Amino acid sequence: MELIFEKSVSGRTGVRVPLSDVPKAAPLADAVRRRDPVRLPEVGELDLVRHYTNLSRRNFSVDTNFYPLGSCTMKYNTKVTENAGGLFASCHPMLALLPGGDKLVQGPLAIVYELERQLAEITGMEEVTTQPLAGAHGEMTGIMVIAAYHKARGDQKRKYVIVPDSSHGTNPASAAMAGYEIVTIPTAPYGDMDLDLFRQAMSDEVAAVMLTCPNTLGLFNPHIAEICAIAHEGGALTYYDGANLNAILGKVRPGDVGFDVIHVNLHKTFGTPHGGGGPGSGPIGVRGDLVRFLPTPRVVRRGDGSYGVEDHPEGIGRVSDFFGNFGIMARAYAYITLLGREGLIEVSEQAVLNANYMMARLKEEYELPFDQTCMHECVFSASRQLEHGVHAIDVAKYLIDRGFHPPTVYFPLNVKEAIMIEPTETESKQTMDAFIEVMLEAARMAKENPERLHQAPVTTPVGRLDETRAARMQQVCCE
Amino acid sequence: MGYCPNTPDDIRDMLAVIGAASVEELFAPIPADLRAKSFDLPPGMSELELMRLMREKAASCGADITPFIGGGIYDHFIPAAVDHLSSRAEFYTAYTPYQPECAQGTLQALYEYQTTICRLTGMEASNASLYDGGTAVAEAALMSLRITDRHKVILDGSVNPLHREIVTGYLHGLSAEAVAVAPDGCASDLAHLMAAIDDETAAVIVQSPNFFGSVQDFRELAQKAHDHEALLIVSCYPIAMGLVASPGEMGADIAVGEGQSLGNPLSFGGPYFGFIATRKRFIRNLPGRIVGETVDHQGRRGFVLTLQAREQHIKRHKATSNICSNQSLCALRGLIFCASLGEKGFGELAQLNYDKAQYAKSVLGAVRGVDLLNDGATFNEFTLALPKDAAEVVQRLLDQGVAAGVPLGQYYPGMERALVVTVTEKRTKDEIDRLAALLEEVLWS
Ligand SMILES: Cc1ncc(COP(=O)(O)O)c(C=O)c1O
Repeated sequence: MELIFEKSVSGRTGVRVPLSDVPKAAPLADAVRRRDPVRLPEVGELDLVRHYTNLSRRNFSVDTNFYPLGSCTMKYNTKVTENAGGLFASCHPMLALLPGGDKLVQGPLAIVYELERQLAEITGMEEVTTQPLAGAHGEMTGIMVIAAYHKARGDQKRKYVIVPDSSHGTNPASAAMAGYEIVTIPTAPYGDMDLDLFRQAMSDEVAAVMLTCPNTLGLFNPHIAEICAIAHEGGALTYYDGANLNAILGKVRPGDVGFDVIHVNLHKTFGTPHGGGGPGSGPIGVRGDLVRFLPTPRVVRRGDGSYGVEDHPEGIGRVSDFFGNFGIMARAYAYITLLGREGLIEVSEQAVLNANYMMARLKEEYELPFDQTCMHECVFSASRQLEHGVHAIDVAKYLIDRGFHPPTVYFPLNVKEAIMIEPTETESKQTMDAFIEVMLEAARMAKENPERLHQAPVTTPVGRLDETRAARMQQVCCE
Repeated sequence: MGYCPNTPDDIRDMLAVIGAASVEELFAPIPADLRAKSFDLPPGMSELELMRLMREKAASCGADITPFIGGGIYDHFIPAAVDHLSSRAEFYTAYTPYQPECAQGTLQALYEYQTTICRLTGMEASNASLYDGGTAVAEAALMSLRITDRHKVILDGSVNPLHREIVTGYLHGLSAEAVAVAPDGCASDLAHLMAAIDDETAAVIVQSPNFFGSVQDFRELAQKAHDHEALLIVSCYPIAMGLVASPGEMGADIAVGEGQSLGNPLSFGGPYFGFIATRKRFIRNLPGRIVGETVDHQGRRGFVLTLQAREQHIKRHKATSNICSNQSLCALRGLIFCASLGEKGFGELAQLNYDKAQYAKSVLGAVRGVDLLNDGATFNEFTLALPKDAAEVVQRLLDQGVAAGVPLGQYYPGMERALVVTVTEKRTKDEIDRLAALLEEVLWS
């Protein structure tokens, strides 16, 4: 399809700019004036609407296709929460920071406050801040809180953060951005971080250990309480990557287990849409004695029931401009309120049921490196298919031809040819059965006609794209 | 309740295939002593009840206040097509385009977005968005440390104070130094900024228009930075780019900013998007996702995520940033906003903002005892010196339904009487005149 810039016709106009009701001002001084107009496309409104409508049709999405992308919790995004989230469009955030302005924005402040309380209850933490703008941003904020804690105790020698090799890439990246060196612990044959190696790595130079639970293999690590105890004994804090919270709502609360800091991804567990890559929202929760280090400002509930905004002088400062991705937070608040206690418990139960069903039906044909009850997702390896020269990516591309968004492939990094499937609770058995049939068909094809898999996809507007060429050309905008 | 479609029969059949007696059995891997001690949430509700509750909350969100406030976030009009097109479920219920063949919609849109950002800022390479304006400035600062292998950035005091706080926080963890240079009145103190640059300096960070609304020429500053092999980072307000010299024209090496004003509603602070763009030679140091053009085996043009070896999912702790999810949908809105207006419309919009602000300057500046503090040019914001405490004045005007501006005392000690006023194309002459009348009244009656 042509680019919008290629559809531009000089002199054609789209939307009309309002007429001026004030006199034209004297021109801006030459030294600070832009020389040439911004070269934006000149298209009529219909051209514009067709262009982006037709572009959208070149996407797979949850609303059009089953999208079992592991680690991303691509559940159905309820429409009523979309409506609810849009109600605050005209609310200027600066109002809340003006003297006396808080009384004008009681509604949104109440949502921030109540969502923080809901998330604190769900995770078992003392308090929550919604300021971080995505999961990774939450991780970095959490590690900054941990750094502030050690510093306040005069404990300056801790310079390492421990992560398992199966952790999401954002974990080590976030800890590095907060100034730490990374120690990576391999996965043991039983599928979790190797406990002995972890014990050996612990020292009084370790600031924190970051764990994902269920881990990125979709397995619940039964040793998490022990890991917390070992870390705490050595003076380190424990960080819980809550990206996989969809598996344990109402079942486990990381705070109860002994975790000190957690982030949750509202765009995963709490049903907010993924937006083609974002926006997300990554609130963090902390245990009681870490509350004072949370970012400033805090939304508080006063004695008279009204809400206010307060500075948080001992905190780590600001990590984003205002109160976080509020529109996303409002959707998550609406989602939690809509589903309620029982609805959220049902979410995890059905998510885990669906994943185990998927696992049970596919393990005949696909190698299951860790054959045990999984939580909300399961991780296969295409190692058997590889014997016929078929890679995980070939299976993925074939799924596209059959109308399914592929699972996550090649993650986690500790599984060769990984295929990570997360069906989520909002999919029916019938949808999963259809997907399973195609996965089994691909496994058969790997043996009988691998060429077909190598050629896939053939039904899409473009076939497999030359990524090496893209990296070499570095053509990232049109001339 | 949880939007779970499986019937009791489905569930029974699935359990039989799994070989489990009950759903609860699937949670057996969780040791009993790790089970939740509490899960105290209210029962769910219907859509009708939910919307009633949410509307109640939305009723108290300052929607009837006339905003003359900015502070990086602006009340601009949004063409209807932006909402309609970005509400296409194929856009908003997709995720990161890791499988390019079934994500050409998102990928091409992001490529068009990157092109738009390059053209607005006068740069050569943009990424596919960052979280927001503040974190974009911080990411640019980190980028300059990597490029120059130095540990000091010079941070102009006329940069948005919220953004400066974020930058300082990001630098703090890395033991890098942020040298603050106080503004000279409402302008960047160019002499002091230039004097602060030395061979240890990674970058100088300035903003255009700055927090006081002033627009300055940074060409000499860029030259001085480059003489020391340091970078110039300019944070800019995208709507102003229709009229004001771009970071590229001023010699900047990295342009960043808050993208909200491009088609994203105020929404109490987000979601918005941050943008970052640079010279082509620094492309490998950019944080976050980048979309690149390529071809398939038949030579058909297509788009993919490219240069991923910079990113956390491959490089882990050596990545250029930890960012994973970004603000794609907001960036898409920004793109559609720009394409709706087009070259001519975008320039007209900027001119209209400028004209309205100049008019407001003249009538507000004429109020008894009120002075204009900006010496030079401004775009759609300017700073007034009031004869009284500005916070008090703002508070009293809020009661009259007008947010008169952002009082500076909380950000700049000593400037308690200064007020930054913002005038977008949405403010009418009548609203501006009313603000002047109310200001006169609050000050003198
Ligand atoms: C396990 C895990 N941790 C962290 C993240 C990072 O979250 P985000 O993309 O919101 O930054 C992700 C998601 O991509 C994830 O799957």
